[in-house]
Amino acid sequence: MEVTIIAETTGDSLHPITAQLVGAACSMGGTPTVVCPGGIGSGEASSISGVNKIISAEGECFDSFDSRAWANAISPLCEGVVMSSSSAHGREVLAQIAAIRQIPVIQDATGLEGGIRITRPIYSGKAIETSVVSPPCAISVRQNSFESPGNDGDAEISTVNSSSDVGVSVREALAKANEKLDVSEADIIISGGRGMGEPSNFSHLYEIADVVGAAVGASRAAVDTWDEIPHGMQVGQTGKTVNPSLYIAVGISGAIQHLAGMRSSKYIVAINKDPDAPIFGVADYGIVSTWEEALPILKDELAKL
Amino acid sequence: MTIAVLLKQVPDTTARITISGGVVDEAAVGKWSMSPYDEYALEYALQLKESGGADLIAITCGPARASKILTDAAAVGADSLIHVLTEDSGMDSSNVQSLLAAAIGRVGADVVLCGKQAADTNAGSTGPGVASILGFTCVGMVSEVSTDADGFIAMRMGPSGNEKVSVSKPCLFAFDKGSMEMRRPNVRGIMMAKKKAVETLTPSDLGVSLIDSRVSLESHSAPAEKPPGQKFEGASSVPTVVSKLRDEANVI
Ligand SMILES: Cc1cc2nc3c(=O)[nH]c(=O)nc-3n(C[C@H](O)[C@H](O)[C@H](O)COP(=O)(O)OP(=O)(O)OC[C@H]3O[C@@H](n4cnc5c(N)ncnc54)[C@H](O)[C@@H]3O)c2cc1C
Repeated sequence: MEVTIIAETTGDSLHPITAQLVGAACSMGGTPTVVCPGGIGSGEASSISGVNKIISAEGECFDSFDSRAWANAISPLCEGVVMSSSSAHGREVLAQIAAIRQIPVIQDATGLEGGIRITRPIYSGKAIETSVVSPPCAISVRQNSFESPGNDGDAEISTVNSSSDVGVSVREALAKANEKLDVSEADIIISGGRGMGEPSNFSHLYEIADVVGAAVGASRAAVDTWDEIPHGMQVGQTGKTVNPSLYIAVGISGAIQHLAGMRSSKYIVAINKDPDAPIFGVADYGIVSTWEEALPILKDELAKL
Repeated sequence: MTIAVLLKQVPDTTARITISGGVVDEAAVGKWSMSPYDEYALEYALQLKESGGADLIAITCGPARASKILTDAAAVGADSLIHVLTEDSGMDSSNVQSLLAAAIGRVGADVVLCGKQAADTNAGSTGPGVASILGFTCVGMVSEVSTDADGFIAMRMGPSGNEKVSVSKPCLFAFDKGSMEMRRPNVRGIMMAKKKAVETLTPSDLGVSLIDSRVSLESHSAPAEKPPGQKFEGASSVPTVVSKLRDEANVI
């Protein structure tokens, strides 16, 4: 079964989801070709075990992000099952490729089996949908749902020149809200809520994040209340959906809309002074304490590891 | 300028989702609401209308109950309302895309606003798919949009951070959380909206023949129950939790 994977990048290198997509493709018996938009990460992609070939798609249309231009340029390079990350940008390009190719599209798969049987969360994780589709089709995959294969591949790279009309031009790239690790890329996330009291107290979260290489997230109440906490940090229904190995919620009550974005995390730790806070209902390890008392100890203990 | 805003009625984000006979039981949903991202799209559609003297058409696709959100949209200022009536709410995204694209074509809109994904299917395919069918430029992850000389200026979260982009017509904006919440209707708006006609169209009125979906639903199920967690009293338990994270969970 032919599988075409659209590589996802961050800056000048591959996002870890790209290798996970290769893992997902192989797990359902596919032979993956990886398309690298703008040629970014093609060298890295060729070393992912199990990759059959790499298409480095180069052209000015990839200089900035215009999902229609990208879809028009990438679509002719696709065969069989087209796969991408279920990041917002991945979905946007994939949905247009599916419309161009008139194939069904299923977004945000967390499980795939040969056949193709797909599971994905719906209603913000309140239910799971299992459906069956036959190739050709398009599937986006949630990050951290599949293991990445090793790095002993040596796939051949072919370069194609793509062109397509661009309708979006960037006037101004605004300084990134923070140069820190983004919650959607992190394997460990520590998030703060309204219970942090003041935005300056997020510094305690950043200190811990630095110790373990985590990203700092926030609840909507924190984002809405404090200008210093940008929306890019928001986890939940109207923020980002994250799927890390470890999610630490500090001073977050655990509203259903917050849970929607993080309940599928592998392990959840909650620090909250209210023993009845709903966040304890989803926490693997709950600590009933104020953050003022708990965070300094947490930082020291993590630093000792 | 004619603006179309695409709205979907979904179970309220606080509603309980129950499963019966292997599928989500829609009859058991206590409260239906406009999908949250669509609210942002509607607010910015109203702002575009106010700044440019445009006509704003609210469109939904769904069963009979969905017309409620059109009336809600009229209460805050939508000029006309189109309900594409379909019985099967679990319809394949490509059919929904074709129907919405046909409705947009029918009213001649050259700018379309919608939410980046609906709160029920959580897919995010509809906006980009509609744009693709219509041949419109698609801009996703938008938080603000305003008119510019011959097109629009939008704020969006690009792959490498926030960007201000210019876009020309025809185009579609799929909204992330906007910078401004949707305005609330006033009494006069609510009264006027009650009298506003909803134009109801069927797929055949739109000349769309629905395709048989190649995706077949096997089942809906409840998310796997996590084993109950362990709860510890006081900050003195932090070292215990850290060692459990290392030895039990193996995540640090
Ligand atoms: C349509 C819609 C979409 C939404 N989308 C999102 C979303 O994407 N993400 C999101 O997060 N929310 C979202 N919300 C909002 C959500 O309903 C909650 O209002 C929000 O999550 C609450 O944030 P919080 O937990 O930080 O604040 P609160 O609910 O105020 O909780 C603060 C918590 O901090 C604890 N606390 C206080 N002081 C301390 C201390 N010193 N030490 C330890 N703990 C302390 C308190 O016990 C409390 O549990 C949405 C709501 C709606 C209606």
